[in-house]
Amino acid sequence: MSFAWAKEYEPKSDFTKWIDEKLPLPRMVYNAVGAGYPVPRNLNYMWNFGVLAGFFLMVQIITGVVLAMHYAADTSVAFGSVEHIMRNVNYGWLLRYAHANGASFFFIVIYMHIFRGLFYSSYKAPREMIWLLGVVIFLLMMATAFMGYVLPWGQMSFWGAKVITGLFGAIPFVGEPLQVWLVGGYAPNAATLNRFFSLHFLLPFVIAGVVILHIWALHIPGSSNPTGVEVKKESDTVPFHPYYTAKDGWFLGLVLIIFSAFVFFAPNVLGHPDNYIEANPLSTPAHIVPEWYFLPFYAILRAFTGDLTIPFTGIVLIEAKLLGVIAMFGSILVWFFLPWLDKSPVRSGSYRPLFKKFFWFGLIPTMIMLTICGGMPAEQPWVILSQIFTAYYFLHFLVILPIVSQIEVPKPLPFSITQSVLGEDDTDGTTGGSGGAKPATETKPLADGDGSLQPAE
Amino acid sequence: MTIRLGGIIFGLVLVAILALWSLFPGAYSLATEEPAAKPDYYAFQEENIHPAGGFSFDGVGGKWDNQQLQRGYQVYKEVCSACHSLKYVAFRNLEQIGYNEAEVRAEAASWNVPGIDGVTGEATTRPGEPTDYFPSPYPNEVAARAANNNAYPPDLSLITKARPDGSNYVYSLLQGYNEPDPEDLAKSPNFEPSPPGLYFNEYFYNINIAMPPQLYPDLITYSDGTEATPEQMAQDVAAFLTWTAEPSLVQRKQTGWFVIGFLIFATFLGFMSYKQIWAGKKPKKK
Repeated sequence: MSFAWAKEYEPKSDFTKWIDEKLPLPRMVYNAVGAGYPVPRNLNYMWNFGVLAGFFLMVQIITGVVLAMHYAADTSVAFGSVEHIMRNVNYGWLLRYAHANGASFFFIVIYMHIFRGLFYSSYKAPREMIWLLGVVIFLLMMATAFMGYVLPWGQMSFWGAKVITGLFGAIPFVGEPLQVWLVGGYAPNAATLNRFFSLHFLLPFVIAGVVILHIWALHIPGSSNPTGVEVKKESDTVPFHPYYTAKDGWFLGLVLIIFSAFVFFAPNVLGHPDNYIEANPLSTPAHIVPEWYFLPFYAILRAFTGDLTIPFTGIVLIEAKLLGVIAMFGSILVWFFLPWLDKSPVRSGSYRPLFKKFFWFGLIPTMIMLTICGGMPAEQPWVILSQIFTAYYFLHFLVILPIVSQIEVPKPLPFSITQSVLGEDDTDGTTGGSGGAKPATETKPLADGDGSLQPAE
Repeated sequence: MTIRLGGIIFGLVLVAILALWSLFPGAYSLATEEPAAKPDYYAFQEENIHPAGGFSFDGVGGKWDNQQLQRGYQVYKEVCSACHSLKYVAFRNLEQIGYNEAEVRAEAASWNVPGIDGVTGEATTRPGEPTDYFPSPYPNEVAARAANNNAYPPDLSLITKARPDGSNYVYSLLQGYNEPDPEDLAKSPNFEPSPPGLYFNEYFYNINIAMPPQLYPDLITYSDGTEATPEQMAQDVAAFLTWTAEPSLVQRKQTGWFVIGFLIFATFLGFMSYKQIWAGKKPKKK
């Protein structure tokens, strides 16, 4: 793949030549994240979060593997073995706090990465497969994080596991046997803890595998960019190394400073005090809340309070609990259909005035409010707020987005990436103008051959 | 202009279900129903602020006060340990709060820990070794409940991490056995005095705690001569329990400064090289 002007790997020493002949791994790395990968030159800082997500995946795997050397997945000793890590293992407290806060930071950077994709329509052709693989990664992350939170076997571990595994019981006919089979009993127990540990160890490597596919799929069309105009020529791009390694590098340092502030000075603020009480199946905590990164989806789960019945007959079609479960899983599964729900040929939200309004004043406040509602007890006014914002969430993706993409008149696009950066683009002799990033063309944009929008030429 | 209808219809149906079966009844009940009754003790916890202990380990540059930790240990040993275990702490850990090896050995020997008779193999007790963990005052939970009016005194190893703002909470709770505040009392028409066996404590989550008041002036005689006021003892034992919950707290903060200092330096270098590398690719300022 890649563009014709991509630099080619040239082994210099006899040894690297020898390696290149036998196993061209350095060549692959060079083409993937080295100077051999041309990247649009106009990426903003929202494009840093992919590399950061890969970094935090590595942090989780490395700290996790070492923690697993000291942890024991048995209900009678799991809680104590975590305290053993905190007290007796050299720098065990650092490993565990880095792992616990690393999970939160992994989700923070992933959410930034997803919202980047949503605003700049990174899911559109020709990048649908990258997006679909990304949603798969996100689902795997949620499963991994949920099972990881069960391992310390504190009160929230146990009761969170009980609530979430209980969701499977809502499935008609097969629900209860399925739940018993998944949990290995009627409530989380020693068998549950053991299998969760096994899967929690396995899934990160599955994630790493899907990440490789995600990056592979990315390198076919190349990275998107804030204008949404595709790369046309060499002046539109810079080599990944050193340009984006330098940009990602210093930004990683910045994020690590914030990460360290949490790990060293506030390691427990993102957790729940109840999880420092050993799991007790006989004592239910006052408020069972999941980790903060699950709160929006937890709010959607709890938004459905009424059974779906045939009016005046009392016949229940779908129970409220099942509706909630369908909606919660549906809220993420809907992302799989995004490339086909949003039909606008313009990629970047910057050139879509109507879409932009619904994004900043619709979707973003909705996600924030759902996060808040998910952390609140199930009482008014939080119930009704969850319902309103859940309704908007589905309206946004399933109704507003398809309609907006059909009726909206996009703003004119820049001729090329080079022009959007430099304000002019000499090579094609257009009237780039000197000042603005956008050319003063009145022509209504036309769809290009690949379905993407390119300015009229 | 073709608008694809499948997704739109699905979305509208889903939202209709939510709206008709949950949202409208919810709105109706919100409008018509009385808000959920607040518990009688609501007024006492309205502000839910407990006083801060003002500890030496507070803040980003906090340090242990070993004198205080040793006093707190004395309070635990002479008062709390009658009912509360400390199962994740070993005697050898006491070296971290300033006792030397011989003192730790002597301190461990002053506790009786479960053991096995070397001849008969029967369960017995023996003097503690530094490698032993603090023994539990009761053999099991049933015995603990039987001795405490069916209340179970929690293990204290992690108590300051298992409660929100735990250090200040423990400090406040131990001094919270006051008469109900008249202002809050006026706001709580259904207030009832604590049932027998429970004690009014305004910082406990439902104001009736099973633990009797413990700290009285000069309850213990501090070995360093500090006056044993209830406030002093509460602060000392809260500090000690903060240490038991997280012995690495101060080391963690000190390591943090070193790590963040290094990261700031490295990030600055990274930023400068980023500026230099990109200098030729940025549009020239006009």
